[in-house]
Amino acid sequence: MIARRDFLQAAMAASAIWGGGANWSRLAAQQRMTQDDLLAFGTTGNVTLIHVTDIHAQLMPVWFREPGVNIGVGAAARKPPHLTGDAFSRYYGIEPNSPAQYALTSEDFVALARAYGQMGGADRIATVVKAIRAERPDALLLDGGDTWQGSLTALRTGGADMVRVFNALGTDAMTGHWEFTLGLDRVNEIIGGELDHPFLGANIFDAEWDEPAYEPYTMFERGGVPVAVIGQAFPYTPIANPDWLFPGLSFGVREERMAEVVRQARAAGAQAVILLSHNGFDVDRKMAANVPGIDVILSGHTHDALPEPVVVGRTHVIASGSHGKFVSRVDLDVRDGEVRAVAHKLIPVFSDVIAPDPDMAALVAAERAPFAEELGEVIGRTGSLLYRRGNFNGTWDDLICRALLEEREADIALSPGFRWGASLLPDEDITREDIFNVTAMTYPEAYRTQMTGQQLHAILEDVADNLFHPDPYYQQGGDMVRVGGMGYRIDIAAAPGRRISEMTLLSTGAAIAPSATYNVAGWASVNEGVEGPPIWDVVERYVARTGTVSADASDVVQVVAP
Amino acid sequence: MRRIETMHVTRRDSLALGLGAAALAALPLRAQTADANIEAAVLDFTGDAELKEGGVTLTAPEIAENGNTVPIKVEAPGASEILVLAAGNPNPEVGRFAFGPLAASQYASTRIRLAQTQDVIAIAKLGDGSFARTSQEVKVTIGGCGG
Repeated sequence: MIARRDFLQAAMAASAIWGGGANWSRLAAQQRMTQDDLLAFGTTGNVTLIHVTDIHAQLMPVWFREPGVNIGVGAAARKPPHLTGDAFSRYYGIEPNSPAQYALTSEDFVALARAYGQMGGADRIATVVKAIRAERPDALLLDGGDTWQGSLTALRTGGADMVRVFNALGTDAMTGHWEFTLGLDRVNEIIGGELDHPFLGANIFDAEWDEPAYEPYTMFERGGVPVAVIGQAFPYTPIANPDWLFPGLSFGVREERMAEVVRQARAAGAQAVILLSHNGFDVDRKMAANVPGIDVILSGHTHDALPEPVVVGRTHVIASGSHGKFVSRVDLDVRDGEVRAVAHKLIPVFSDVIAPDPDMAALVAAERAPFAEELGEVIGRTGSLLYRRGNFNGTWDDLICRALLEEREADIALSPGFRWGASLLPDEDITREDIFNVTAMTYPEAYRTQMTGQQLHAILEDVADNLFHPDPYYQQGGDMVRVGGMGYRIDIAAAPGRRISEMTLLSTGAAIAPSATYNVAGWASVNEGVEGPPIWDVVERYVARTGTVSADASDVVQVVAP
Repeated sequence: MRRIETMHVTRRDSLALGLGAAALAALPLRAQTADANIEAAVLDFTGDAELKEGGVTLTAPEIAENGNTVPIKVEAPGASEILVLAAGNPNPEVGRFAFGPLAASQYASTRIRLAQTQDVIAIAKLGDGSFARTSQEVKVTIGGCGG
């Protein structure tokens, strides 16, 4: 039984320590941001967790613009992480033009990017990890997954570059999602022989026998206490991604299973229970409320970066961003069989401020060397900011849709609502690496097919419900499918099947007729045996032909928000 | 995106197309027929007794990985019988599980076919002769755009 006094003690201790005594947004506003400031924490308690997630194979520093639109529904409406721009800054007290505004919001992104530089990089992350372990040698480094996919080098090496880098970082456990798109044989080859740490997934089952397919949790002895780390893979991997790449595996939220694994871990002596999750933030918030006994959820999948934990009951939910932009540090005071206090800091990996770790820099250079010529080839130039994140459209996908329309001679283009993919600033070279950073995956065929208006409507409705179902357990965590050549209106709060209206063919201004047939080009179909050139070739041809490419924020989707 | 075309329509695609069509058509006549079928099945099972919440649990995926074979589990301690209905199927009655007095547990698991997104309903006849009901939405989706 949890006494209210205990809860207050834990919550107050946490709120007192959040920010680690060095508020990096304020420091930065004063233009004296240093590595020491960014890493300053004030070690506390006896157990330290380090969380990185959704790096999407980005070994080098990148630009990454956070979403300008990220609508929450149901209980999550207008709550973090569903705040963007000024609303986000006001909620967290972030000052205008500060590095925090640059790192965490989309406001004035280009100007702030030029002021504060790129973020991430495995060599900078290594510096952060080593600094934390200098203070707390047995700190646990936990990788939330989506690690082995998202770059040219990860694609060419079957994820081996990322495995070697995360081994070298001294990772203690991971879970996954896009990992499975490398194919089940490759995943099991890595887990069986290349990966130095356990791959955890309490919700991954053998579909035929309904038996656990991977280890659900691992027990660590840290700071003199047993700490259980439970893994939870992305529940809808076989639905959002091609299930034929990992036949025979079943996933799902499986709340009952999670409750059972937490009980097992407690029964085995765990004094702290950590959930390393690829659920997505809203799913984690609901799971925290429904499953008792989880102290910390290290949340991944939806790419949210939050400067403070969201506390649900006694559970601290931590969102650590994506693409290597952030490392979360969490110090726990575990005493008398329970977590008494939580201290947290979202460490922003400003690549111009945090020094590269020489060992990791050398490893990354070695991983990239065989592909150097291919990576560096300049294909064109940007005339405007290219970014992907946002619920409805991004300029990168507008560009990809335009490439599909022109190169594949289609009426309508569809591009999946992935949340991974680095940004590019205006007036930069576009290299082949940049194109792969928004397209690299194992089912890249750019198809061309015919669909009726009714089929197009059904697809938009289906994806909209996966994003805006009021119950997070029914959400899949991507963004809305991007469209080219077509506009539509979406009423977020409408019933399933009734959200999408006014579908319009932009070339003629005519309404999309349910029974009419349209030539549709797209990529990343989850079907087996899809034919077409890889999407990166389509985009490269378009960029090379166009020279300098520009895409302004599109207004073809009219959004009726609740 | 899942490719939909007439040349190589997979089972999942047919299902997806069926879903789209059903969503658009939404024939009130058919809905009434299905509702009447469910009502009749419930009436037949309970004899119009009051249905209470609690006492029966249904475990099903929130989103089906394959609508043709959706694993479900039902459990109702002390029950003599559990009725399972798929409210959105043309023929909603999935089955009845009967437990004898010597049954060690009142638990059953099976796989069912779901034609579209719908509620799965479980009604248990408990040891004291009362009836408990629970339900869960199971979504049947096209998929393919998450990430």
